[in-house]
Amino acid sequence: MARRWTNDLSIADATPYAAYINRRQIMAGAAGLVGATALGLGRANAQELVPNSWEEITFYNNYYEFGTSKEDPANNAGSLTTLPWTIEVDGLVDNPGTYDLTELLDGLEVEERIYRFRCVEAWSMVIPWNGIELADILTRVGVQEGANYVAFETVMRPDEMPGLRYPVLDWPYREGLRLDEAMHPLTIMATGIYGRPIPNQNGAPIRLVVPWKYGFKSIKSISRITLTRDEPFASWNRANPREYGFYSNVNPEVDHPRWSQATERRVGAGLFAGRQPTLMFNGYETEVASVYEGMDLAAYY
Amino acid sequence: MRPFTRGWIWRLTIEMRLLDLSRANGALRRVPTAAIYIVSAFWAAWLFYLAATGGLGVEPIEALEHRYGLLALQMLIAVLAVTPLRQFTGLSLLRFRRALGVSAFGFVLAHFLVWAILDVGAWDAIVADIIKRPYVTLGMVGFLLLIPLALTSNDYALQRLGVIRWRQLHRLGYVATLFAAIHFIWLVKGLQFEPLIYTALLLFLLSLRLRRRKSETA
Repeated sequence: MARRWTNDLSIADATPYAAYINRRQIMAGAAGLVGATALGLGRANAQELVPNSWEEITFYNNYYEFGTSKEDPANNAGSLTTLPWTIEVDGLVDNPGTYDLTELLDGLEVEERIYRFRCVEAWSMVIPWNGIELADILTRVGVQEGANYVAFETVMRPDEMPGLRYPVLDWPYREGLRLDEAMHPLTIMATGIYGRPIPNQNGAPIRLVVPWKYGFKSIKSISRITLTRDEPFASWNRANPREYGFYSNVNPEVDHPRWSQATERRVGAGLFAGRQPTLMFNGYETEVASVYEGMDLAAYY
Repeated sequence: MRPFTRGWIWRLTIEMRLLDLSRANGALRRVPTAAIYIVSAFWAAWLFYLAATGGLGVEPIEALEHRYGLLALQMLIAVLAVTPLRQFTGLSLLRFRRALGVSAFGFVLAHFLVWAILDVGAWDAIVADIIKRPYVTLGMVGFLLLIPLALTSNDYALQRLGVIRWRQLHRLGYVATLFAAIHFIWLVKGLQFEPLIYTALLLFLLSLRLRRRKSETA
């Protein structure tokens, strides 16, 4: 079932585990690359897709259930119990129920996917995920006729998540995808990074990854999946519909009302690297543009 | 004046005076005001060094921008706290107010430069941001309002303007600080408390002044 989409990069392109511990050398290399591109030597895609280091990926996170600063999740998420983990599957599905995570994923293929990750705050990373195509999981639970959307919910445990004390958002965190987006081969449920179990601050034990959408769509620590007929509740969209659309596809031509989305800061590139251009659909235009054919992307942002 | 019109502020004043922080004034007089400039400059340089060498995390541009901006806001609020602090506790930091204000402006300038040069990095994008993004516009206006204050923070300007006009001009500091606080509330995502706390503190300090002016004119 899996392997509907193939990486143009493999683990050979990723920073080896031994090397990313030696972060400073890698940073120097990255700075050299950025320098070269700034001099007009062209932007090679493969060069841009050097994955960020383990430290960068796991110490710079937005996970407001653990606090709003970038280091809060790394400092506070250790308290989250991720074993055992159950996911409630309900709505328009053939096999609803509360699944143990291991049982739900049993036998499904875990693949490596090296994806660009673009936050709505205009920073970006490249992350070597390990995950399962969401389509495989949805097929397993059986999508019923009439289901048009998939709704997701993050676990809500006030005693383990200090950030829930503050009404930053209407908790629990919820997100949603149109069914065709959810079934797209690029859409995965990630359970690992760099071949290791995904750390709590990155959404353990299982999170969504939709690489052509702003990061907040890729909901973390999922405890519930619901197939729905109508467009589901999406936390940021409800909090501020003018700033965060339901679709939230990465689009350099549609600005956030408060800042430009035309460029992004590459995490790990250093103080003097400046910004790099943001790509349409975060560089996955070939793969996903057809999903939105005929849709006004400025109206459905 | 009817006694209850100055009710709780009056009681607060008395209670704070009991602490008698004015005893610290003698020690403070021996601290040269240049210390504020030296500490501020060192602090700004140290943060820059940290940002350049990985000490401010993996995304140093935004980190440095925010650290300078937050320090600027904190110091602007500190400047506004000098007078109420003296009234309520007897502790006088008046000698340091100019140095605090000029240093605060230094952090505002550093904040602006990091944003303009290291973050946005292109003239057209800088101009577009200032025009199109209300929170940037507000921050920019606050910055511009502080320029005449920084330029007149010296004895020569004070003499040229005269105390009355100098004071009138420097009331722009209230507006600029308020703009800075709103700029902060406006730039965060969702409902976050930190910028609201600074704004509440600022409004409290400003309200003390308003009450005082009212009671003076009454």
